[in-house]
Amino acid sequence: MARSNEALRRPALEGRAASHAWVSVTPAAPASRLSLRTPADSVGAVSKALGFALPQKPKTSAQKNGRAALWLGPDEWLVIDESGSEISPALGKVKAFHSAVDVSHRNVGIVVSGPGAEATIAAGCPQDILLATFPVGACSRTVLGKIEIVLWRTGDTTFRVECWRSFSDYAFTFLSEAARDAAV
Amino acid sequence: MLLIRCPYCEEERPELEFRHAGEAHLVRPGNIAEMSDEDFEGFFFIRQNPKGLVYERWRHVHGCARFFNAVRDTVSDKFVTTYKAGEKKPVIKGAAE
Amino acid sequence: MTAPFRVAGKGRLTPAKVVRFTFDGEHYSGLEGDTLASALLANGVHLVGRSFKYHRPRGFLSAGAEEPNALVGIHRDAARKTPNVRATVQELHDGLAAVSQNRWPSLKHDVGAVNDLASPFFSAGFYYKTFMWPKAAWKHLYEPRIREAAGLGVAPDQPDPDHYAAHYGHCDVLVLGGGAAGLAAALAAAEAGARVILADEQAEPGGALRFESGAVIDGRNGWDWATATVARLRAMENVRVLTRTTAFGYYAQNFVGLTERVSDHLAAPLPDLPRERLWQVRAKRVVIASGAIERHMVFPDNDRPGVMLASAARTYLNHYGVAVGRQVGVYTANDSAYHAAIDLKKAGVDVVAIVDLRDNPQGPVVDEARALGIEINAGRAVVGVAGKLRVSAMTVQPKNGGASRSIAIDALLTSAGWTPSVHLFSQSRGKVAFDDETRRFLPGAYAQDCVSVGACNGTDDLEAALAEAAGAGHAAAKAAGAKAGRAGAKLKASGEGWSGGMLGAAPGAGADSKAKAFIDFQNDVTAKDIRQAVREGMRSIEHVKRFTTNGMATDQGKTSNMHGLAIAAETLGKPIPEVGLTTFRAPYTPVTFGAIVNHARGSLFDPTRRTPMHGWAERHGAVFEDVGQWKRAWYFPKAGEDMHAAVDRECVTVRQSAGIFDASTLGKIEVVGPDAAAFMELLYTNPWQKLEPGRCRYGIMLREDGFIYDDGVVGRLADDRFHVTTTTGGAARVMNHMEDYLQTEFPHLKVYLTSISEQWAVIAVQGPKSREIIAPLVEGIDLSDAAMPHMSVREGTICGVPTRLFRMSFTGERGFEINVPADYGQAVWEAVWAEGQKHGACAYGTEAMHVLRAEKGYIIVGQETDGTVTTNDAGLDWAVGKKKADFVGIRGMMRPDLVAPGRKQLVGLRTKNPKVVLEEGAQIVADPKQAVPMTMIGHVTSSYWSENCGHSIALALVEGGRDRMGDTLYVPMPDGTIEVEVSGTVFFDEKGERLNG
Repeated sequence: MARSNEALRRPALEGRAASHAWVSVTPAAPASRLSLRTPADSVGAVSKALGFALPQKPKTSAQKNGRAALWLGPDEWLVIDESGSEISPALGKVKAFHSAVDVSHRNVGIVVSGPGAEATIAAGCPQDILLATFPVGACSRTVLGKIEIVLWRTGDTTFRVECWRSFSDYAFTFLSEAARDAAV
Repeated sequence: MLLIRCPYCEEERPELEFRHAGEAHLVRPGNIAEMSDEDFEGFFFIRQNPKGLVYERWRHVHGCARFFNAVRDTVSDKFVTTYKAGEKKPVIKGAAE
Repeated sequence: MTAPFRVAGKGRLTPAKVVRFTFDGEHYSGLEGDTLASALLANGVHLVGRSFKYHRPRGFLSAGAEEPNALVGIHRDAARKTPNVRATVQELHDGLAAVSQNRWPSLKHDVGAVNDLASPFFSAGFYYKTFMWPKAAWKHLYEPRIREAAGLGVAPDQPDPDHYAAHYGHCDVLVLGGGAAGLAAALAAAEAGARVILADEQAEPGGALRFESGAVIDGRNGWDWATATVARLRAMENVRVLTRTTAFGYYAQNFVGLTERVSDHLAAPLPDLPRERLWQVRAKRVVIASGAIERHMVFPDNDRPGVMLASAARTYLNHYGVAVGRQVGVYTANDSAYHAAIDLKKAGVDVVAIVDLRDNPQGPVVDEARALGIEINAGRAVVGVAGKLRVSAMTVQPKNGGASRSIAIDALLTSAGWTPSVHLFSQSRGKVAFDDETRRFLPGAYAQDCVSVGACNGTDDLEAALAEAAGAGHAAAKAAGAKAGRAGAKLKASGEGWSGGMLGAAPGAGADSKAKAFIDFQNDVTAKDIRQAVREGMRSIEHVKRFTTNGMATDQGKTSNMHGLAIAAETLGKPIPEVGLTTFRAPYTPVTFGAIVNHARGSLFDPTRRTPMHGWAERHGAVFEDVGQWKRAWYFPKAGEDMHAAVDRECVTVRQSAGIFDASTLGKIEVVGPDAAAFMELLYTNPWQKLEPGRCRYGIMLREDGFIYDDGVVGRLADDRFHVTTTTGGAARVMNHMEDYLQTEFPHLKVYLTSISEQWAVIAVQGPKSREIIAPLVEGIDLSDAAMPHMSVREGTICGVPTRLFRMSFTGERGFEINVPADYGQAVWEAVWAEGQKHGACAYGTEAMHVLRAEKGYIIVGQETDGTVTTNDAGLDWAVGKKKADFVGIRGMMRPDLVAPGRKQLVGLRTKNPKVVLEEGAQIVADPKQAVPMTMIGHVTSSYWSENCGHSIALALVEGGRDRMGDTLYVPMPDGTIEVEVSGTVFFDEKGERLNG
């Protein structure tokens, strides 16, 4: 519970925003995140605790009630919960082998939105992210300029970029500069 | 920049997402502490480095993060195939044994 | 005012749209849509530059990207000065300021032109032969002088104020070139449903249709068809048309680099517009439609201003409405120049004579020229021209010799034939093949999923080229997975197809040593130079190229390579294919550094990583040091303190009271799973199975070769959960190393690894007062020594937020490391700081941290170790589990060399003079009187002034060091030898009592 002397949370990109005619770049609100690892034979049990089935196909995600699981690897998911509820308690009861590690503060989310969002990302991401090959819901760990990111398409013209905290300044600056040129 | 098919992501991805990880199919012996000097030299130091088809390891380090194996022609720089770690070494015509 | 050489009713520019510009300070006007070249020609200006080596006056050779001569500087403002811009591709805009280059004091009177008279001394290989001796003179005398005299434009001297963009593109079919063939290919691919990118280097695609006035496609004028087709393509959703975009490099697996010039043609670009955009396009299929480039005739003084390619003159007339002269001569060895003569004649220009090297030229164009009353001199050659700054006459002679006559002209159009542009095909690693019949290199065996169409593929006839291109576009779309369906109907077309012509020098460019018949204008290479190179023993075209520099300028020999090759082959007496063709390399045309670098400059050059507490440190005056990509607080100077004073104070304060240190950059890995301990046993030298939850251990990681790879404190949070720390610099590679073993050698282990380096901010509180400082802030953890001894870890809360609290020390003092979720790092730091103030604590930086740990003899991986240091060398054998059957490095560390006596071992060094601080990296000898080179027995790895000890301290790796305790050794330095005594590695609190002090 919050106390009067509780430490103040200072998100890495506090107060930053960039907006251009075709695209906006905005820090995502703080969220609960888990790095979830589990072998195939535990996926069922973990899914049940999570409240929905973990996606099993590469480059796909699943979500329910403000909680999303992004497939990052054959036994790895990034769980992002923006509903304000804690994810770990439910998983704590799962007996099947898995690893759930809190990475809420490790990652920073940046939302890139608008008709120029795709072009903004394509300034630094070598993957084919056109809608046909990277549809809404698609997600992937990949590269943006000189850093690693997780890219998640949450809408036709909206992406969420997740990166590690100390790279968020680079990511945000890169995306803001690329957004200037997003009328491509 | 090469395109590399990741056997776990099941699609071709840009080389920037990958990192080369040396010769493939070298097995660390279970009794490594008991190896003779000669055997350890062969295991740890000696590499084939042939011209032509090579079996090598890659890691999709900025992707699914899996290590996997590949057969690549060092002359044309073309990949013949990629396959998951632990899968049987494919027999490719023209490759050194 | 209409420019004097603008022809009313000709060209596609709008006369009302006047644009003003300057050249060498003179004011001119041109029209919107002009290039700098067409606008200067409209004003009668031909002399625009001086050549590289001989400083010969030069004009325009071409009307396109192949231009070797007309290189100018474009000065937009003080910071925007672009050298070596081809005037033939620079689009005109209002206020454009161009200057000529490589001349002094002026373009018309250039002192450097004496090089032309002295040219017998400057022949091929001159530099190699003349400046060989003495060796040192090359670096100090010859090279600086030559560099001063040569060179073309001047590089800008201010930072580039423009910004450059980048875009990764993906498509099914990439079409390179927007001439008739490229457009047809793009349209066919697009209609088949493929995702298409069409790139063309011009402002408006159309290629040769720009000047080919007689071309008719689909019942309409060729240019109109092109314009309409481009509009059609632009309207299609699956097509992207990139204009002003040059494909400069063709790389592996259809990865093509292109630069788009976004704003160089604009008078006042909007601030958000980049200057250029780098496109890196991955295409499933590529259609190369790069066309062909006309070659000039090789004859004496063929470089005089006013002598230019026939197709260029046609372009200037038909597209820009500019006549390149009033009395025009034509010199040709093929039909295409006749078209130029006919177009000019019809536009009212006096075409005084066509000189045709062929004995009996025949065909419709010859007939048409004759019918228009143009004099045709068949079987004759132009053996010279008059006029230095501008051609004034040509000397015509029967090609086998005989009486010559002079004909007054003010422009001379030449054509030796057309060279297919196989550059991109060749870059794709395709092999070119020589076609004996047409004497040209054409695409042979392909190495990638691409196809060449149209003129670059040797398909000369327009209708055939269109059919070939459309077929290729359709097939490419299909191969790329498009639905395709049936190909569209074939286009009916008629145009001008040219093949034939000649390669090499024309008569008159013969043995006369004074004759300068240029093949490579940009590098001033003549026919004679090639012959000389062969005479001097060059046999391969690669050698001829390097000896003469033919084709090595920025134009990459687009007009010269085939001539050079033919002359070399003739001189060698070999057929052309046996002499070979030099390799085409990227870039096709010069690419700006800005485009290559694009976003990666300034703060985006490399990520700068800052910790959650960075802002606090900044506000408290920290000086930062770069540790990899991290910014770390180095020391916190108070007013009046230098680094030395600040570090001394910080070191003393930590041991007297306490210090607070930002350790957030440490790598951290959470190891989770029932086999976590088993995995740790395999990756670290230490035993882990018996480590109780809540306790910590200093772990050492080896590589398989037995050398130390990393170290760090590991806390066991639960039976199945470890919190591992790594060095700051090792974080990523240690994670990779651990994943490698887990995934490929020990996949049976039920354990997962997660990087938590950035989840946790780490606040180290070290010193006798550390417990008192944190106690008021911590909840749910008993901090007593009994409940929480040295090397333990607890979970609880601090300042109301969760913490993993470590009791550990890197200073030898009682110490804690507070891990809190990163976003809370600064607030918790501030709370700790406030408490610390009550006890006289200070903030300390990485320098004090280094000194404090060296006082205790703690190693830093990467400083005391260098990848060749074993646990035994470092005195850390106690950290190796003796009963363990296996761990990474267990066999490597038993290698004979690693257990042999005499290895370098870590020791302490105390200077005899306590004030002297050794240099890190300094070499150590046993006998300072021995002859040089001395036998070096070790080196200093760490060295500091220790205010706490009152003397300098050093760590060193010394051969057999542990057997030398108390010995005197020597550190020879440039200004004297320093005496040192070998000691143990612990300089302060040898018994370790302060850990609980």
